[in-house]
Amino acid sequence: MGKTVVEKILARAAGLPAVSAGDVVEPRVDVAMSHENAALVINQFLEIYEGTGREAKPWDPSKIAIVFDHRIPAESPKTATNQKRIRAFVEKHGIGRFHDIRGDVGGICHQILPEYGYVRPGQVVVGTDSHTTSHGAVGAFAFGIGATEMASVWALGAAVNVEVPRTIKVVVNGEFPPFVGPKDLILHLVGKLTAQGGNFRVLEFHGETIRRMSTSGRLAVCNMSVEAGATSGIVPADAETLRYLREEAGVTDPLEPVVPDPDAVYERVVEVDVSRLEPQVACPHTVDNVHPISEVAGVRVHQVVVGSCTNGRLDDLEAAAEVLRGKKVAPGTRMLVFPASGKIYQEAMAKGYVAEFMRAGAVVMNAGCGPCLGVHEGALGDGEVAVSTTNRNFKGRMGNPESEVYLCSPAVAAASAVAGVLADPRKGR
Amino acid sequence: MPKVIHVTGDDVSTDAIYPGRYMATVLPTETPQYAFANDADFNARLKAKEFPAGSVLVGGNNFGCGSSREQAASCLKGYDLTIVAKGIARIFLQNAINLGLKVVTVPDVEASVGDELELEGDRLVNRTTGKSFAVVPLPKARQAIIDAGGLIAYTRKRMVEAPAR
Repeated sequence: MGKTVVEKILARAAGLPAVSAGDVVEPRVDVAMSHENAALVINQFLEIYEGTGREAKPWDPSKIAIVFDHRIPAESPKTATNQKRIRAFVEKHGIGRFHDIRGDVGGICHQILPEYGYVRPGQVVVGTDSHTTSHGAVGAFAFGIGATEMASVWALGAAVNVEVPRTIKVVVNGEFPPFVGPKDLILHLVGKLTAQGGNFRVLEFHGETIRRMSTSGRLAVCNMSVEAGATSGIVPADAETLRYLREEAGVTDPLEPVVPDPDAVYERVVEVDVSRLEPQVACPHTVDNVHPISEVAGVRVHQVVVGSCTNGRLDDLEAAAEVLRGKKVAPGTRMLVFPASGKIYQEAMAKGYVAEFMRAGAVVMNAGCGPCLGVHEGALGDGEVAVSTTNRNFKGRMGNPESEVYLCSPAVAAASAVAGVLADPRKGR
Repeated sequence: MPKVIHVTGDDVSTDAIYPGRYMATVLPTETPQYAFANDADFNARLKAKEFPAGSVLVGGNNFGCGSSREQAASCLKGYDLTIVAKGIARIFLQNAINLGLKVVTVPDVEASVGDELELEGDRLVNRTTGKSFAVVPLPKARQAIIDAGGLIAYTRKRMVEAPAR
């Protein structure tokens, strides 16, 4: 019987000839990623060793990555102290894949991991962040876990008692119309599957649209697979994956793509044709409350956010800058731009996007998670509305339960900044 | 018999259970004060220790969706609540099991505040209304962790028996 890509990856990682959905396995872990919540992972890790008489040492520091992104620069003494403790742990155990608060090598964890070639096809990647699903974009099986589970990985080198998930095959065909892209596809899909339609399942992406899509677009699609509840999203590695890892991430080691069998067993198959897709908007307060822009245009907008692990890459900034070119952010609306990494920030400066944003009146902030989860900059006032390229619009997500968040693509966000209301980027061009 | 103290709708996210602005607080002794912090009334009643251990919070579908933040499980564990929900999001479910927070998935559950609930084998019985509902067994992979008393104890035991590969 044929196997899905995740069944193949888990069999290899567990040292078994084959596994099937429902089996319980213990895959060795190739990449174990944390951000500032490493502070809690360290606490739990030390607790595991209490009373054992053993020295608390991670199984393989070369497989641990720690990236500061959620609250940078630190917004409070408490965060700064957590970050200080993590730095000491990193130093003590020789964790090389550590990205501190820096303009050169800093950034959002889900951008840093692919950008530096830490994630590869066929790997098992775990992260103490739900959007770890992003790394399925390069053909890895990547999923979010809690801090205690990460402490267990640090101790054992494996994820214990993993139930092999069932897989939903998503086949995407058609050519995107102008101003419609990967973000619209994944919003549409989350709306179609619902916020829990993928719970305990993997979304495996296929079809000509996915094959033609850049790794940046695939990262956005896999990133938000978790918004359908999925354990992970994954694009089986192909020529684009190898191109990205070789040319953009500078990977020189051998790569071993893992692809599903042609007769793999899927729970179901979902087909999407994007050739008639409109720009999509997820309305308050759930990510699956998705409508085409034509149904929701005109809502008054107080703050526009472009950035995050979902849409803070160079092509996202380019799309927003293009829409803004020669125009101004509307009075009464503020626009915040957060590149996904220091490298992207520098590239955006070289290409003139940063200058374009500032000329139009946008504020360009440092690379990081920024206002997405309401812990840091960019809080909303009571009754205010944000239009954002981020990934969640739960009540209170951006820090104020008396505000509303609409999710969309960079093009819709930029058009809305210019209009001061939710706007269709295809209009007035 | 455990009583229902709170009933929610669908899609209660970990942002609602433990808002992002408190994420720098990580100690399980400190996280309970921020449980449901955006719901001032419920938060105050939790902090006032109005509810005895074992009291039941009844959730809808997709309870605990969103962020992997473990504080969302540790803050409820601090009050020794039991979570009964129509559906529970994967990461929250695993965090709950890892920390020993009691969680039960009951797709058809019907209960109101004040009802008395009791588990009877693979059924959840609402003693107040007389109705009973099927319980979805936990993923089998998780039972060993519950039996060990949580993931820290489980990992400690495993590490002593067989070190890292």
